[in-house]
Amino acid sequence: MSEKVKVTIDGITVEVAPGTTILNAARQIGGDIVPPAMCYYSKLEGSGGKCRTCIVKVSKGSEKDPRPMPKLVASCRTTVMDGMEVQNITSPEVIEARSGVVEMLLINHPLDCPVCDQAGECDLQNLGYEHGLQKTRYEFERRTFERIDIGDKIQLHMNRCILCYRCVFTADQITNKRVHGILNRGDHSEISTYIQTAVDNDFSGNVIDVCPVGALTDKTFRFKNRVWFTKPVDAHRDCPTCSGKVTLWYKGEDVLRVTARKDIYGEVEEFICNTCRFDKKKTADWTIEHPTHISDTSVISSNHYETMIPLPVIQEDLRLQEANKVELEKTAKF
Amino acid sequence: MARKLLLEHINVPGINTLDVYRQKGGYRAVEKALKTLTPDEVVEEVKKSGLRGRGGAGFPTGMKWSFLAKPEGVARYLVCNADESEPGTFKDRYLMTHIPHALIEGMIVSSYALGAKTSYIYVRGEMMPQIRILEKAIAEAKNAGFLGKNILGSGYDLELYVQPGGGAYICGEETALLESLEGKRGNPRIKPPFPAIAGLYGCPTVVNNVESIAAVVPIINDGGDEYMKIGIGRSTGTKLISASGNLVKPGVYEIELGLPVEEFIYSDEYCGGIANGKRLKATVAGGSSVPVLPANLTLKLANGEPRLMSYESLSEGGFATGTMLGSGGFIAFDEDQCIVRNTWNFSRFYHHESCGQCSPCREGTGWMEKVLHRLEHGHGKMSDIDLLVDVSKKIEGNTICPLGDAAAWPVASAIRHFRDEFEWHVREPLKSLQTNYGIAGYAEPIAKAEVKQEN
Repeated sequence: MSEKVKVTIDGITVEVAPGTTILNAARQIGGDIVPPAMCYYSKLEGSGGKCRTCIVKVSKGSEKDPRPMPKLVASCRTTVMDGMEVQNITSPEVIEARSGVVEMLLINHPLDCPVCDQAGECDLQNLGYEHGLQKTRYEFERRTFERIDIGDKIQLHMNRCILCYRCVFTADQITNKRVHGILNRGDHSEISTYIQTAVDNDFSGNVIDVCPVGALTDKTFRFKNRVWFTKPVDAHRDCPTCSGKVTLWYKGEDVLRVTARKDIYGEVEEFICNTCRFDKKKTADWTIEHPTHISDTSVISSNHYETMIPLPVIQEDLRLQEANKVELEKTAKF
Repeated sequence: MARKLLLEHINVPGINTLDVYRQKGGYRAVEKALKTLTPDEVVEEVKKSGLRGRGGAGFPTGMKWSFLAKPEGVARYLVCNADESEPGTFKDRYLMTHIPHALIEGMIVSSYALGAKTSYIYVRGEMMPQIRILEKAIAEAKNAGFLGKNILGSGYDLELYVQPGGGAYICGEETALLESLEGKRGNPRIKPPFPAIAGLYGCPTVVNNVESIAAVVPIINDGGDEYMKIGIGRSTGTKLISASGNLVKPGVYEIELGLPVEEFIYSDEYCGGIANGKRLKATVAGGSSVPVLPANLTLKLANGEPRLMSYESLSEGGFATGTMLGSGGFIAFDEDQCIVRNTWNFSRFYHHESCGQCSPCREGTGWMEKVLHRLEHGHGKMSDIDLLVDVSKKIEGNTICPLGDAAAWPVASAIRHFRDEFEWHVREPLKSLQTNYGIAGYAEPIAKAEVKQEN
C-alpha cells in the first residue's frame, strides 16, 4: 500500500498516498484549485462532509473504472483512486452548485459583520466574497437565538452559526465526557452545551479558533478591536499544559488577544490551553519570535507587510504557474 | 383475482397468532431453509427471484446481500427498517399489525442467509401498538423454538430484538437508522463506507425494508424461479400499495407488478375509482418524495401506451413525464384538490424532518416551505415560481442523504406539470383562497400534455 496513486485535479496531476482525500490532494497542489472547506478540519477526526462547499465533480472514477461519479461529491470525504480525474474550478456545474451552497449558508446568517468580532478573518466572509450573490433572494425572517455563555470566557452566538460541527468534534476530542452537541433538527438545530454547562476543560478555548464564523467568540476580546487594526506576532512561552506556541494580536503596546497559530487554510497548527489564551496578555509573558505570515489576500494585510511565497512545486512547473497566474501576478506586484 | 403472496391469509381470524399462522403454512420457509439449504443457497434463491427493495430505491435485494462483507471473527447484523414514515405509505404498519409472523419468519430466514446472530427490527416510535404486537409474536416464536439457541436443531442461533425509534423520518435512511440504533443522534453517515462494509457498531450490516424481508418467505417456499414468473420484466413479484386520497376504497392492496395504473385506480378489485363521482386530477405514485404527475401522464405514458405499476413503467420518461414506484404510497387527488397547497404541505413535512446536518437541505427545505406558504396564502409573486425551481435544483444531488432529493422532487415536479395553477395563485390571490383551480387540462388526452411539455 505504500505505492502512490495519481490524481488529476483541474488538469494538474499529483501523486499522493492512497487513502488521501481529494481535498488534501488538492491542498498538496495548492493555489486556486483547492476547494473551500467550511466544516472539514484536518486536525479533527470525523469532521467534514456537512457544509457541501467543497463539492467537486469526479469526471473519471479511476483507471480501473473510468465511469464518472453520478453526483457531485464532497471532496473532503472522498478518497482518491488511481487515475481519478477531478474537476473543481474548471467545471461550471461545480461553480454553480457551490454558489448555491453559499447562498444556503447565508440565508439564515444575520450578516452582522459590522459588529462581529470574526469579521476580517471569517471563512464565510471569504466564501461569500468569492461565490456569493450581491443581493439576497431570501425575503423571510431569519432564525434567531439567545446568546449563550459557555463558561465565563466563551460566548456562543447561535444566530451566526453555520452548523459545521467543528466545535462539537473539538469537544469530543479534548474531553472524554461529551458536554457539547446539537439540539433539535433541521434549521432549528443549535449547538448546545445542555443548559449552559460550561465546557470544563483546559483546552475548551480552541472551539473559538476552529469556528469558521463568529458564532463562538472570545469574551476577553469581544468588541475590543477590529481584526485588521491589530498586528499578529508569533510568540511562545514555556507552558506546562500545551506547546505554548501562539499568535499574539497587538494593538499598539497591548496584547488584545491570544490565538493558536493558523496555517494557510485557517486551521490551527497546535491547540493551545486556556491559560495561554485567556490569562497571559502581557508582552512580558511571552518570547516574541517574528511577525505572523499573513496571506496578502487577507484583509488583515491591508496594513501589513507579508507577501505570498509560491510553493516550490509551482515554481518548477510551468503548467502550475499558468493555473496560479492570478496569485503569482499579485506576488510580483509586491 | 391476482395472486397474493403476503396478504393471502389476511382475513383469517387470529392470523396474528403463531398457531393460526402455522396452520396456514407459516414457518415452512424457516424449516426449509434451515434444514435443507445452506445460507449461500438462500441468497442465491433471493437473487434468482429478482426481488427488489421495497423501501423506495428498488435496489435488488439479492445483490445487496451478496455485497455483505464477511470478515472472520466479526459479527454481522441484519436490521429491518420498519421506520415507515413517508406521507402516503402505510403498508409496513399494516403488515406488522395483521401478520407479524410473516416479518419474523422472513427475519429468521434472512438472518440465516446472512449469517447474522443478532437482528434488529427498528420500528418508528409512533407505532407503539405494532411494537407490542411484534414483541408478543417474537415471544411466541421463541417458545416454539424458532428463535434463540439451536433453532430446529440446525445449530443456528438467532436473537431478534425490536427497537423503537424516536419517530424521525430521517431515521428511515439506512445509515441514520444505524446511528439511531446505536443510541446516537440520527444523522445520516457519509458514504462510503456503505453499511455492507461498516454498518451497525462498525460491523457489516444489511438494512432491508419490512416488505422485502417478508417477501423472502414466499421466495423460499416456492423457489426464486416461481417468484420471478410473477410481475413484468425486472419488476418481479407482488408489491403492497397503500392507496389513499380521494378514492372509493383506499387501503393496502397487494398487486402483481405490471398491473395497469388505470385498472388499479378504477377496478372494483382495487380502489374502485375516484370518490364522489369526481375526476382524477393528479397522483403521487410512490409516497410523498416521488414526483407528482397529472392524471393524463399517470394513466398513459407520453407515447400513449398505458402506464403500468412497475419500477420501469412508472419511471418511464425520466423526470419530464415519469415518476417512481418508490415505497408504494399511492395518493390520488380529485379535481377539487389544490396542488399548491399539497406541495406546500409536503415541503412543510420535509422542512420539519430535515436533520440539519448538511447546508443545502437544512436551509433549502425551510426556504421552499416559506415561499410555498406565501404562494398558497395569496402573497406570492411570479418570480417565486422560478425561485422555487432554482432552489430545488440547488438542493437536489448536493446533500449527504436522499432526503434532499426527496424534498426537491415534489416541488420541482409540481411546478413542471402544474405551472398554470401556481401562476393562477399569483394572479388571483383572493380567488385562490376561496376556490380551487379545478382540473383544467390535466386529465385531457396525452397529446395535449406533450405540447405543454414543449412550451
